[in-house]
Amino acid sequence: MRLLPAFLHVLLALALAPLLPGVINRTKAWFGGRHGRPLFQLYYDLAKLARKSAVYSRTTTWVFRAGPVIAFASSALTVLLLPFAGQTAPAGFPGDFLLLIYLFALGRFFTMAAALDTGSAFEGMGASREATFSALAEPAFFLGLAALAFHARSISLGLIYERMSWSTSTVAPLMLVAAAFFVILLIENSRIPFDDPETHLELTMIHEVMVLDRSGPDFLLIQYGAALKLWVMAALFTGILAPAPFASYGENLALALGAQGLAAVLIGIVESTMARLRLARIPQMLTGSIILSLLSLLFLLRPFA
Amino acid sequence: MTNLWIDLLCLLLMLANFRMLGVSRLGACVRTAAHQGMLLCLLPVLVAHDFTLGLVPVVLLGLIVRGILMPRLLWRAVLKAGVRRELVPEVGFLFSLLAGVVLLGLCFLIAQPLQADQATARTLALPVALFTIMTGFYLIIMRRTAAMQALGYLVMENGIFAFGAVFAVHEPALIEMGVLLDVLLAVFIMTIMIHHIGREFDHLDTDSMSVLKD
Repeated sequence: MRLLPAFLHVLLALALAPLLPGVINRTKAWFGGRHGRPLFQLYYDLAKLARKSAVYSRTTTWVFRAGPVIAFASSALTVLLLPFAGQTAPAGFPGDFLLLIYLFALGRFFTMAAALDTGSAFEGMGASREATFSALAEPAFFLGLAALAFHARSISLGLIYERMSWSTSTVAPLMLVAAAFFVILLIENSRIPFDDPETHLELTMIHEVMVLDRSGPDFLLIQYGAALKLWVMAALFTGILAPAPFASYGENLALALGAQGLAAVLIGIVESTMARLRLARIPQMLTGSIILSLLSLLFLLRPFA
Repeated sequence: MTNLWIDLLCLLLMLANFRMLGVSRLGACVRTAAHQGMLLCLLPVLVAHDFTLGLVPVVLLGLIVRGILMPRLLWRAVLKAGVRRELVPEVGFLFSLLAGVVLLGLCFLIAQPLQADQATARTLALPVALFTIMTGFYLIIMRRTAAMQALGYLVMENGIFAFGAVFAVHEPALIEMGVLLDVLLAVFIMTIMIHHIGREFDHLDTDSMSVLKD
């Protein structure tokens, strides 16, 4: 019986993921007093890219072609592991949160390898930054999920998010994990305090610089994969704050979808009100999120909790 | 329900401690200590469950002295000395943050036997109070500039007040008055010292004073 909602969630994620960047951009446009691009702009972009053909430099090898495919495949696979609206995921199993983190890492590794394969100095620089920052974001992610797993007394993502409950003794640790996850959400999806998705200055770019040489269907895979990743990370974040309190499935689903939209608005607000951090400050912020996750684990480990 | 508010307040106090452990700018640290001192005044009100008239002077006095007077004094001394940052701490700021996590863990362990039958036993109040005291000690020991050490003293006083509010639920005023007077005097003396050090040398590094000869 639970199979049906699980597959509905996968379809919803695949269909609605490109909407999140649209919501973020509209929020930013509203803050800037502009009308902004259409909500469905990313869909139009993806449709346009699908009609084009890719151009490959003669200096690149198969790694360059494999990069976007593997990156997209790993993002799409994480959707299968994602619990949503209080329901378990279609492919959930005990210990699946490790797979989720490593699928993200796999996609990132091949994006970086493909960037290095072009031999461009700028792309190498972006890859090096991405490696540095993700190496710091990963322990925060691990510790945060470990804290949640300890809270749920289970190591499968489905149960972790199903047993999410806000009680007097768990408010503090859950809030800390949510804060840490929001920071990870911003860095992993190259949003503003860490990386600017709109920038066209190679010197300051992190993620965007690695995909400069992409065109056509390859770029489609990268953009669509990034949107799916944003969806998954946002769902992990909103799953903590809005843990399916209702009895009926329809209400829970509506709440979860609304929470996804609100998360996108929140990202838009952060992007419009904050300036980009200096590169040297980014590791400090990431260390801060590691500390937040660690504290949350500490809070849960203490007696009485 | 009050336990929830106490926990949230303690969370803010704890994050303030971490901010002071991890930031090099003196201005930000002094401001954080002032905010911590102001927030702290809510603790006895929350712990006491019912608001009695006896709490009013404690809260008001704490708010004025801890939130406004002492940070102002310290900040003026820092401004006059012209030192804005702790540039070369004894240990790095990253390490300080990690040390803070270890200290907090220790405080949880220490607080465990202490709070066996307190009304606030299930809250974070006691461990966070202990942690605030520890943070104060840490700043005094591990920072080089005199201003940062004076700030550590202020933070330690915040912690002692929180400790008193949790433990001496019936007579928080008694502990509070005594400690506040001591610390106010100490901060007075320290600001004067910071002023003199700042005028004599162009830095506030107390380590280099140990090699002074007359």
